[in-house]
Amino acid sequence: MSTAAAPSMEHGTSSFGVYNLKLGMWVFLLSEVMFFTGLIGSYIILRFANPDQFAVPGAVLNVPLTALNTFILICSSVSMVKAFADVQAGNQAGLKKWLLVTALLGMVFLGIQAIEYTVLASEGFVPMAERYAAHGRAGGHETLGGPLYGTTFYTMTGFHGTHVSIGVACLWWCVFQAYRGRYTANSHGGIEIMGLYWHFVDLVWIILFTIVYLI
Amino acid sequence: MAEHTAPAGAPASSHGEHKAPNYYLIWLILFVVTVAEVGVAFISQIPKTVLILILLAMAIYKAFLVAMYYMHLKFEPRRMWLIVTAPLPLAVILVVIVLREGW
Repeated sequence: MSTAAAPSMEHGTSSFGVYNLKLGMWVFLLSEVMFFTGLIGSYIILRFANPDQFAVPGAVLNVPLTALNTFILICSSVSMVKAFADVQAGNQAGLKKWLLVTALLGMVFLGIQAIEYTVLASEGFVPMAERYAAHGRAGGHETLGGPLYGTTFYTMTGFHGTHVSIGVACLWWCVFQAYRGRYTANSHGGIEIMGLYWHFVDLVWIILFTIVYLI
Repeated sequence: MAEHTAPAGAPASSHGEHKAPNYYLIWLILFVVTVAEVGVAFISQIPKTVLILILLAMAIYKAFLVAMYYMHLKFEPRRMWLIVTAPLPLAVILVVIVLREGW
């Protein structure tokens, strides 16, 4: 997070035409692209090599609930970008309001994911589970899929949830700093790179939602 | 992000001057496509391969919108695009190599 006390981090310019802090965040995010590509690529290979171990969409996972969660994360991206637009315009009240909204929406996302995990675990759908049931969705208590399904599901969504958790912690730090008046129209690199991270987390979820829940 | 005002002595904004995107319109599109995705996913008449391609296209379109307008990639210097696009072929190579090992 940039502050007025550390202008050099925000204002040093790289040969790519952006300040160093932002370039660093982009490079970090691109390493994250490779990280999630490894996870998603492995999932695709395991899924298509072992189709009998994966249930059809909606049979085990609660798609409507997760669609709602996807919508919440999309809303949090809007609030984040509004916070950035407001700090650029020197609107401190708007910055604080939208940062708070973003942090709270991130927490709602995590809360819903926790509920989802709790319900799935109560149905026996845990990593490496050999047998599990789908209560109230596939219409019975039949065993669906195999151990790879739970393992890959929790690995991918768990790593993403960890990223969201880190993002929420950083957002609360930004809220704290915003209330201290550390971001201004002339110095708001911290909000910009926070936004880049948060939008990336949203972007990854958009892909995960389709691949894990809908396909 | 045209409004990013550079302080005295600091480098100019990393973006060219541009009109701020309509963030709510992007949000609306993301919402509509998400609803469409969920709807399409449960249409059993569509062949599985076609369904997967449609869903992936929708997801990539949404990811594209987020990257271009919320992450403001559309307004970054073109040199930045080199960095941003660099890992994409690497990601494809990673998946292809693992696919060849897996099967």
